[in-house]
Amino acid sequence: MTTALLTDITIFVLALLVGFEVISKVPATLHTPLMSAANSIHGIILVGAMLIAATANNALGYVLAFVAAAFAAMNVVGGYVVTGRMLKMFRRRPAPAPASEPGKASAAGQTAAANGSGSRA
Amino acid sequence: MSTFNWIIQLVYVAAASCFVLGLHLMNTPATARRGNQLSTGGMVAAIAATLAIIIHAGTISATGWIVMLAGGLLGGGAGLYAARTVQMTAMPQLVSIFNAVGGGAAALVAIHDYINLAGRAAGPAESITITTLLDVLIGAVTFSGSIIAAGKLQGLISAAPVTFPGSRVINMAAAAIAAAASVYLIVTPSVPMLLVVIAAALVFGVTMVLPIGGADMPVVISLLNAFTGTAVAMAGFVIGNWALIIAGALVGASGGILTKLMADAMNRSLGNIMIGGFGTGDGGAAAALGPGGDVRSIAADDAAIQLAYAQKVIIVPGYGLAAAQAQHAVAELAGVLEERGIEVSYAIHPVAGRMPGHMNVLLAEANVPYPLLKEMDEINPEFPRADVALVIGANDVTNPAARRAGTAISGMPILDVDHAKSIIVIKRSMASGYAGIDNELYVNPKTSMFFGDAKTALTELTAAVKTLVA
Repeated sequence: MTTALLTDITIFVLALLVGFEVISKVPATLHTPLMSAANSIHGIILVGAMLIAATANNALGYVLAFVAAAFAAMNVVGGYVVTGRMLKMFRRRPAPAPASEPGKASAAGQTAAANGSGSRA
Repeated sequence: MSTFNWIIQLVYVAAASCFVLGLHLMNTPATARRGNQLSTGGMVAAIAATLAIIIHAGTISATGWIVMLAGGLLGGGAGLYAARTVQMTAMPQLVSIFNAVGGGAAALVAIHDYINLAGRAAGPAESITITTLLDVLIGAVTFSGSIIAAGKLQGLISAAPVTFPGSRVINMAAAAIAAAASVYLIVTPSVPMLLVVIAAALVFGVTMVLPIGGADMPVVISLLNAFTGTAVAMAGFVIGNWALIIAGALVGASGGILTKLMADAMNRSLGNIMIGGFGTGDGGAAAALGPGGDVRSIAADDAAIQLAYAQKVIIVPGYGLAAAQAQHAVAELAGVLEERGIEVSYAIHPVAGRMPGHMNVLLAEANVPYPLLKEMDEINPEFPRADVALVIGANDVTNPAARRAGTAISGMPILDVDHAKSIIVIKRSMASGYAGIDNELYVNPKTSMFFGDAKTALTELTAAVKTLVA
């Protein structure tokens, strides 16, 4: 067991704990964008793909590097764009027709009629 | 360590910090976009630092550059096209594909590393082999499993649990072969044996996901997402890069949390899921006969009267709503009701869609403001105050039988729809849901059934409300 491995394990465990802490605060509303953002983040494997492209010296190495780079880049770009696309849809108020104001006013007097009225077939 | 290496390592630390802060900003919809941009900024920095390493080392061949750029452009272009054109209903498939390629890339990095090392005289040190093995195993399982999951979600493979004689045996055999070959590899470096590990892991991934039913997909996608993160972290161990370790751990944590949330929402234990207790759909063929009691059906006009004269309406959307592409229709009905001053909110069960948070995205796309989208714990106390609960395409998650012991869904957290003053259920037929049991909500005296396709029914309902209040 080397010191380097021990350091790596320490970083891994601490990052896991930070991840649990940070991500448990993400509301359920955003869980789908969270997953696609995670897709983009694990695209960091592109770094690994680039490094193997730099050390490859035979046909097999180049094929592996090519496929890995393509896969990883798909994650980085696709994850980022689709997350942005989804998040743009989350609005506090409806965008085009701001007319509807969920309010208190009108319906108060009429509701008595609503319940238990002869509305069942 | 040279100054150059110092700077590079600091850039990687900065990139990892951007990922953490980016995920932190996702804690509210208002800041989430900035979070996404920040973590992508970190990604760009990490890629730039890696380019700097490669140029600084100067050992890369011209072919290496071409391979890297061509791969990056091709993959990036494919990702961009998919991200721009995907329908929101197809988001689970896309995330599955992204999980697949992420796991695949991580496995390839480890495979390349191993072949390179094994080519040299001494053979890899033992510790390298273990992380390499984990990377290859997890990456390959994620790759094949996610492709099957995407196929099921897309409808290319039957969404129902697919089992054939011996499927469980093949699954177990694949696991055993992968384990045995891995042990052999730790002792004796051997490239052919690595191929055996890869093949066994791929088979395991396929046979793990095939028997899982469609409604269990939220758990599966989350689990595979966690696997991808772990595989990437293992790749970080293999090539000695902290940015990969941290990013992978963050994704692993994210997938892990979501898996737990989804499993809890379906009342399954994590252990149960890992071992393969998936797909309750095949068990016990349902409690055949109905519980008795009358089912009332209701016409559009009468349902419209109930809705139009309510003060508070809670809409309970389920996967049936998404399957019928009725998100926009329900948003339109809600708009008409809100114009009358009726308080409308949406009760979203954690497994309402085919992946975590799916229903929220579908409704956000239909222009429903996010403050109206309520989580289960938040909305449940509000049901007693609701004049009408409008259930659309949701079944098991509204079944009060879950509160009793001894049913297929006992203990599953449900939406307290039966506490509302009256209930309207839009449904195509009396067919039972995924759990295969009858829904006691439908024979509740407060419940009226509006039979029909969700989209058609909602359009009729909206028209009826409009004429009523005109």
